[in-house]
Amino acid sequence: MELILAIAIGLLASSGVWLLMRPRTFQLIIGLSLLSYAVNLFIFSMGRFPIGAPPILGPGGQGDPASFADPLPQSLVLTAIVISFATTALFLVVMLAARGLTGGDHVDGRPRR
Amino acid sequence: MDDAIYLLAALLLPYAGALVATLLPSNARLLAWLAGGVALLTLGMVGLGFAAIEAGQLPRFEIAWAPELGLSLSLRMDGLAGLFALMVSGIGVLIVLYARYYMSPDDPIPRFFAFLLSFMGSMMGVVLSGNLIQLVFFWELTSLFSFLLIGYWQNVAAARNGARMALTVTAGGGLALFAGVLVLGHIVGSYELDAVLASGDAIRAHPLYVPALVLILLGAMTKSAQFPFHFWLPHAMAAPTPVSAYLHSATLVKAGIFLMTRLWPVLAGTDAWFDILCPVGLITLLLGAYVAIFQHDMKSLLAYSTISHLGLITLLLSLNSDLAMVAAVFHTVNHATFKASLFMAAGIIDHETGTRDIRRLSGLNESMPFTARLALVAAAAMAGVPLLNGFISKEMFFSEALDVATAPSLLHGILPVAATVASILAVTYSLRFIHGAFFGPPTADLPKKPHEPPQFMRVPVEVLVFLCMVVGILPSATIGPLLDIAVRAVLGDATPRYSLAVWHGFNLPLAMSLIALAGGVVLYRLLYRHLNAGLEGTPLLGFLDGRRAFEQVMVFLSWRFARALERRVATDRLQIQLMLLVCTALLAGTLALLPHGLAPGNVAMTTADPVVAIIWAVGGGCALAAAYQAKYHRLAALILLGCTGLATCLTFIWFSAPDLALTQILVEIVTTVLLLLGLRWMPRRIETAGSGAPVARLRRLRDFVIAAAAGLGLTAISYAMMTRVSPDGISREFLNRAYKEGGGTNVVNVILVDFRGFDTMGEITVLGVVALTVFALLRRFRPAPESIGVPDQQQGDAKDWLLVPSVTMRLLFPVIIAVSIYLLLRGHDQPGGGFIAGLMLAIGILVQYMAGGTRWVEDHLRVLPLRWMGFGLLLAVGTGAAAILFQRNFLTSYFAYADLGPLGKLPLASAVIFDLGVFALVFGATVLILIVLAHQSVRSQRAAPPPPLVEPRREPAIAGED
Repeated sequence: MELILAIAIGLLASSGVWLLMRPRTFQLIIGLSLLSYAVNLFIFSMGRFPIGAPPILGPGGQGDPASFADPLPQSLVLTAIVISFATTALFLVVMLAARGLTGGDHVDGRPRR
Repeated sequence: MDDAIYLLAALLLPYAGALVATLLPSNARLLAWLAGGVALLTLGMVGLGFAAIEAGQLPRFEIAWAPELGLSLSLRMDGLAGLFALMVSGIGVLIVLYARYYMSPDDPIPRFFAFLLSFMGSMMGVVLSGNLIQLVFFWELTSLFSFLLIGYWQNVAAARNGARMALTVTAGGGLALFAGVLVLGHIVGSYELDAVLASGDAIRAHPLYVPALVLILLGAMTKSAQFPFHFWLPHAMAAPTPVSAYLHSATLVKAGIFLMTRLWPVLAGTDAWFDILCPVGLITLLLGAYVAIFQHDMKSLLAYSTISHLGLITLLLSLNSDLAMVAAVFHTVNHATFKASLFMAAGIIDHETGTRDIRRLSGLNESMPFTARLALVAAAAMAGVPLLNGFISKEMFFSEALDVATAPSLLHGILPVAATVASILAVTYSLRFIHGAFFGPPTADLPKKPHEPPQFMRVPVEVLVFLCMVVGILPSATIGPLLDIAVRAVLGDATPRYSLAVWHGFNLPLAMSLIALAGGVVLYRLLYRHLNAGLEGTPLLGFLDGRRAFEQVMVFLSWRFARALERRVATDRLQIQLMLLVCTALLAGTLALLPHGLAPGNVAMTTADPVVAIIWAVGGGCALAAAYQAKYHRLAALILLGCTGLATCLTFIWFSAPDLALTQILVEIVTTVLLLLGLRWMPRRIETAGSGAPVARLRRLRDFVIAAAAGLGLTAISYAMMTRVSPDGISREFLNRAYKEGGGTNVVNVILVDFRGFDTMGEITVLGVVALTVFALLRRFRPAPESIGVPDQQQGDAKDWLLVPSVTMRLLFPVIIAVSIYLLLRGHDQPGGGFIAGLMLAIGILVQYMAGGTRWVEDHLRVLPLRWMGFGLLLAVGTGAAAILFQRNFLTSYFAYADLGPLGKLPLASAVIFDLGVFALVFGATVLILIVLAHQSVRSQRAAPPPPLVEPRREPAIAGED
């Protein structure tokens, strides 16, 4: 299981990094999204892979703390998901504005010299 | 006294006044009352300090600021600080009164007084600081505010240039001073002034003494306009005259003098001190006096004379003699009084005649006799005429020069001669100032008809001239005690006996004075013809142009050198920058990993589940395909991205993270719709055959290698990390306390809204800011011309398009709302919560847009996203602040469960209200982003020629807001 996740993280990250270095704005957006998946999974995997043990206590707070999944990476990733949504939205609009102003979709606002 | 709060008041009052001044209307009288009142109060605080000193105390005030680092705000006022604080605040009062009449109602007066008061506060900070670093901080503030004051008339090029030059020179010197202070602190082991002043011998004996000395003196010399840094001061004369009068008599330029005097006990007394300062002071003294004679602008004349007097004070300080120290402090005060009054007199002349050019002015004695008398007395004090204060300090200077002349060195030997020459020159330029402007035949050729200024504009001059006379006639009864306190603060018990009498009998200093007076008159007679010829420039020294040298250096540094450097090492291309970032991250990661190696960890792997393997075979494949397709097939890339997102989401479910999975899937939907909305504005891109030039191929290969390395590296790190036991973190604490202290069983939610509530508040604020930014950016959105037209899909009659789905979507609206509320309410105990519910509700609205079209929804549904956002943020902050009412820390939560009988227990934690705020903000922000984007399609069609099928209709308000 560890290996699958590790390879998945690597695949997402390299696709993301590749796209980051491309010249078109849309590629950059897709790349950032892929990279944020990779990073979220990476943080998430700090909690290892418990199955069927969501960090939800029983009524009245019962339950052995050791038997639940680690809530900390989960809350970190939840925050990260929302923030990366905000970043994507902002970047999309900046991209649109740049497209309107420069007439193109090159990341530098103009084709390469 | 250990806690002299009035010192803090003396420091903060001017700043508070400045803040108030910025809020007041542009009313000179009102603002002058405010500024004058503040300055008077500050003066009163200084008076309290003096009272304490008289009583044998050393007033000090300290607030711990960063106690872990040993930093505190430390103020102390000994005699020397008190004397300077007295000048700063006292002359400040007079300047305010003067400026009240000087400033024209057309000028932005609140700004003027705000800057002036801020500057006053900064000067108070410099003189009252009990800590060297704090002193440097206020020192740089004085540079900054003097920049703003000199450049007050921003539309005048000379003012801007003069201000910039002053800032560059003085703030640059400030940096040197900072470095010097750091060295000094290193030597002493403390930055507290008391500690530094107590370790003079250790400092002078230390190998780092000379570097520290040079750096500190660089700061002082730039500030006090010592040669070769003197050139900024004349250019600072572009400032309004009250500013010049304040900055160049009692405050800014005296900061350097203050610093040298302050550190005199620990830095002076060595050959290095004398060898640096004496030549500098001597050259500044003579050069300033000589150049002053040939200035035609009254203010320039005064500026160079200021340089010369500053040189004199520096020279006195350099002599390593206690008596000379006394003379330096005394002359500092005297110079402040007569120079401030002379600047004000020059300002009055400028104000009432319209010019300051001595060549044009003549015979003002007739039209403004009273001002003429005042200026005459002040100029006489500057020239060192007996019975005025300048005379006494100059006599002290002469006798000191004679005293040290017995020393064997050449520099010592020429001092008496140099002093006499400088005095001759001083008499000459003082004569020029007075004779040129006030005597001779009255002239009619002036921009304005000259007359006396308003009565109160003269009052500050009268006060200062009165002081010049009183101190000059009765020195020991007036300035004596004050000077004594100040000098004692520097010299302590070593204070020598000195005599402040007017008459010391017939002696050599008196003879030198007489020679100077006679010589000055003769020199003026000799130069009279040359001066009135109206030639520009200084004879013999015309080649010395500080400004040109300065500008050449600046052009080199800020243009040629910077450009060359930029060409070599910088790029404005994003791709290169991102590549460098990635490579740096790769390198850093590798370096961090190397010492540990990548050996398998100490935990056995869990068995691989084939389902997860399949999920990620698909997810990873989609990611690669998205990377491949993103250039030419954007829609495909978007769909593939969504697939990867789903794989991520499934992983979250699989490994016990229901909250994450919910959030991920909702964000996935919203992001996809957003990007879909954006797609239509992108330029069409048609795939061309072939893979481009070899260079491009090579570049792609390089990027491929980097990307592969990044992926491999991350795989390796993840694997290494996952196969090791994780250290025992704080997670168990969260699990243990979630119910007991947070009142919820969904630990992730409790962490978000309770334990780490402050983070969440920051996060929703970010979300709100992003939404507003998107809103603002799209308000002025101008699409490229080629994408304005209606897209193919919308051409023609699209009325019954998607009929069944749209009916279903409309029917689902209440269901989505209900589910969203359900998710919100149960969030504290079960998967759900504000983020998820907010996104869910936003999707509900979004679905309506898809079902009915932008126009239909905007006509039928008014969502007010901005109000939702405001409400949410207020609610979140309000819940946090409510805890303060119960004497708890911000965001402390309270909880109880309400028993609703058959309906079950409802959690009533205050964190739930916080979560409600989160919900409202997330909903508002998401909807705002979505509908401003969706609205663009309506707007742009309006911009394009209307298609025939669409009938004109009422324009709906943007995003439902006004």
